[in-house]
Amino acid sequence: MTDMTRRQFFKLTGATLVGSSLGLLGFAPGPALAEVRQFKLLRATEIRNTCPYCSVACGILMYSLGDRAKNAEANIIHIEGDPDHPVNRGTLRPKGAGLLDMVHSKSRLTHPEYRAPGSDKWQRISWDDALDRISRLLKADRDANFVAKNAEGQTVNRWITTGMLAASGATNEVGYLTHKVMRPMGLLVFDNQARV
Amino acid sequence: MTNHWVDIRNADLVLIMGGNAAEAHPCGFKWVTEAKAHNKARLIVVDPRFTRSAAIADYYAPIRTGTDIVFLGAVINYLLTNDKIQHEYVRNYTDLSFIVKEGFAFEQGLFSGYDAQARKYDKSSWDYELGDDGYVRTDPTFAHPRCVYNLLKQHYSRYTPEMVERICGTVQEKFLHIAEQIASTATTDRAMTIMYALGWTQHSVGSQMIRCAAMVQLLLGNIGIAGGGMNALRGHSNIQGFTDLGLLSNLLPGYLTLPGEKEQDYAKYIAARAPRPLRPNQLSYWQNYSKFHVSLMKAWWGDAATAQNDWGYEWLPKLDKAYDLLLAIELMNQGKMNGYICQGFNPLAAAPNKAKAIAGFSQLKYLIVMDPLATETSEFWRNHGEHNDVDPTKIQTEVFRLPTSLFAEEDGAFVNSGRWLQWHWKGAEPPGEARSDLEIMAGLFTRIRKLYQSEGGAYPDPIVKLAWPYANPDSPTADELAKEYSGRALKDLPDPKDPTRIIRKAGEQLAGFAELRDDGSTVSGCWIFCGAWGPTGNLMARRDNSDPTGIGNTLNWAWAWPANRRVLYNRASCDAGGKPFNPARKLVGWNGAAWGGADVPDYKADEDPANGMGPFIMLPEGVARLFARDAMNEGPFPEHYEPFETPLAANPLNPDQPLALNNPIARVFQGDREAFGKSDRFPHVATTYRLTEHFHYWTKHVELNAILQPEQFVEIGEALAKEIGVAAGERVRVTSNRGYITAVAMVTKRIKALRVDGKTVHTVGIPVHWGFTGTAKTGFLANTLTPVVGDGNSQTPEFKSFLVRVEKA
Repeated sequence: MTDMTRRQFFKLTGATLVGSSLGLLGFAPGPALAEVRQFKLLRATEIRNTCPYCSVACGILMYSLGDRAKNAEANIIHIEGDPDHPVNRGTLRPKGAGLLDMVHSKSRLTHPEYRAPGSDKWQRISWDDALDRISRLLKADRDANFVAKNAEGQTVNRWITTGMLAASGATNEVGYLTHKVMRPMGLLVFDNQARV
Repeated sequence: MTNHWVDIRNADLVLIMGGNAAEAHPCGFKWVTEAKAHNKARLIVVDPRFTRSAAIADYYAPIRTGTDIVFLGAVINYLLTNDKIQHEYVRNYTDLSFIVKEGFAFEQGLFSGYDAQARKYDKSSWDYELGDDGYVRTDPTFAHPRCVYNLLKQHYSRYTPEMVERICGTVQEKFLHIAEQIASTATTDRAMTIMYALGWTQHSVGSQMIRCAAMVQLLLGNIGIAGGGMNALRGHSNIQGFTDLGLLSNLLPGYLTLPGEKEQDYAKYIAARAPRPLRPNQLSYWQNYSKFHVSLMKAWWGDAATAQNDWGYEWLPKLDKAYDLLLAIELMNQGKMNGYICQGFNPLAAAPNKAKAIAGFSQLKYLIVMDPLATETSEFWRNHGEHNDVDPTKIQTEVFRLPTSLFAEEDGAFVNSGRWLQWHWKGAEPPGEARSDLEIMAGLFTRIRKLYQSEGGAYPDPIVKLAWPYANPDSPTADELAKEYSGRALKDLPDPKDPTRIIRKAGEQLAGFAELRDDGSTVSGCWIFCGAWGPTGNLMARRDNSDPTGIGNTLNWAWAWPANRRVLYNRASCDAGGKPFNPARKLVGWNGAAWGGADVPDYKADEDPANGMGPFIMLPEGVARLFARDAMNEGPFPEHYEPFETPLAANPLNPDQPLALNNPIARVFQGDREAFGKSDRFPHVATTYRLTEHFHYWTKHVELNAILQPEQFVEIGEALAKEIGVAAGERVRVTSNRGYITAVAMVTKRIKALRVDGKTVHTVGIPVHWGFTGTAKTGFLANTLTPVVGDGNSQTPEFKSFLVRVEKA
């Protein structure tokens, strides 16, 4: 059986058989074992996305387990280059090829945290607690330091004691909403990654 | 990019300078190899290091970091001296024949109007001479001594091959070979593209380096054509989009600009941004500024923005100056700032001089970090031994860290370097309690609005009146926001030529920015994106990759701004009569009644070329500027100034003028000037760079990449290694006047010592990818070493040229 081609193997077993049981049956041709991906992806959902690193913006295909049924939680198990994409035509570089490890990085943050003045540790807080306290801090600083008029009496309506750095890997929609929320508060200390 | 990734395959010559695309943008670089394989293109690389791009180049020349203007200026000199310019192009499509005002002067490295005390220029003499008719005077014979052609020729006559060898360390023979290759593209059947990245932006004269290269391209007729252009290879997936959306101190979406504090009058604000043409029959498209501006104000403030309140002009903050990142950190150090929000941005690693950033953040009352990953910024207060030696008990800053989703967990659009807006789809939920940035920003806004509604406070109007038409106010969707920035009609829009005909019904999405009005009947949150989500739906989600003309424009794949145009200034690919200069690579053309072709014409669609409208429709001249007028802060022509930390004692171009050693108008804060090092103590020239296995400070959190490049190293040449007694694999200590790092020495043949102005200069390469959080081995943030000084126009910090001392650790 060891010289069986991949095509013959699939013909024989049918593409719906599960890999692990085949191994037990002694059905283990070398090329077929090297093709675990085929089996995994057969029951995955394909989603189209864009590599979040450099601005070549390669098309990627993400495969997730879970069929979008209500109780099925999607889990991305594989990412590869999109062969239809006119720029990358299926290719990815070492960064893009490692995207799955970015999605599942051990450094992913999973809950809001707070570090108190002088403390050497994080403490977990709830979203409501975090957003309520941040809103209070922003409003208090704005109310205390808002500049309605400059020394010449000109109307300037600016707030320059708080600043913001905006993202470079977030969507247009995030960028647009962030600008729409922050500028009307009078924010001028406002920058993004394009500067550096 | 003026062009786009796939278009690189149309080039006959590729110049990579100020970048390393094979390493940093490999999947885009594929189109260079495509051009080499199928278009017989040649690749030239000029770089301080023999990079991975250089490794497959047809020709490589080394250059000392920070001296590119000398090299490019000498190319301009070569083109003019040898008459290798595209005559019809420069005569019709540039300002070479324009006459400059009397009073404009240049002497010993300084232009007219310099104020040494204020370190800035009075730019009033940097302009054209106007005739009685209000138009610029020209001399098509180029005989007038003050026409741009003669001033340009005179300025760059000092930039000789000898000077290139002396300042850049590039031997004359290599320079001349490259100049000759570049000059070969002055013909109409040959195109050169220039690809650059941070290697040109991260200098105190970075903007002028880029401008100088653009001038080379204009003289050769390489702007607006297939396979040509100035192509900035941007470094993040949506850094282009965030720039387009104006998330910078002084901008509004779509390159509209915030008013300065002197601009108290709305009508004058608009008039200053809508210039009258400077030559007869020019489009000067910014004359439509008010349509874009009013449509933005309607998107933000809805019904509250009316003609009576100047569409909410008072609600826009007015600038006294632009507050960039470097200024923000200076103000923190001065105790003038209380809070800072970092959304997907790691400034502790990205800002120059890490020690100054730590000191600044330590003076804040509160810091808010939104990120998918545990960044160094969020842990600036934590002691990480030698890599972050701080005492948390002495840092009184409150820090909030909010977990966000990332690309795989959200719908939305990114804008790539080629200006394509490409939609992507969510594949899974973010981990744990992480939320999308949309939900976080909306959650903050609705809370703050509620506080202002219930308690009042400082100037609540612009906050409580902000339009918030989202079905779930706490979680607007990507679709809702994309439709809003694209734009729609608020009322039925009559056809301006036939008012009985309605071109858009109230509520309908608009097809493009030509439909915008300044009477409050349209909304568009970002006019250059108008049409991205048009009457037929979301064009950013299009996936037809067909290329019927074979030129690579794939007009039905996603959507490009502006107006789905793939090559900017493409009208300039045709001669004055509208025929393509190179019929084999036709982008657009005039058929006697209309413009059309393989791209969306960058021109008035029905304009008869006989009327003389220029191809640079955004400029009031209608033609491209070789003389920048007042647009650049250092002067109308790029001039070489040394990096702020230079191995030279004087600028060989202007040896008797100490004010012209470094950029005379660069902003330097006092403490930062004191922190500059001199070459007696720091004899080695350092330049930071990036590896293909890593992405900035992100992928040290990614297992596969941490395995590929696990440990911090610095790259030195064999001669320097020998001089300091270090073998490959041993540890070295690299010290600047601001701090030190230790790392493994990678000793290579890729960096050679250069002979510069009579002395030997060694270059040290410092990859930036390590830090004190993540999966890879922890290391030092590279910005521990770098100086705080920015480019004179953009304030992009000088990460590419500074001084260090390398020794055995």
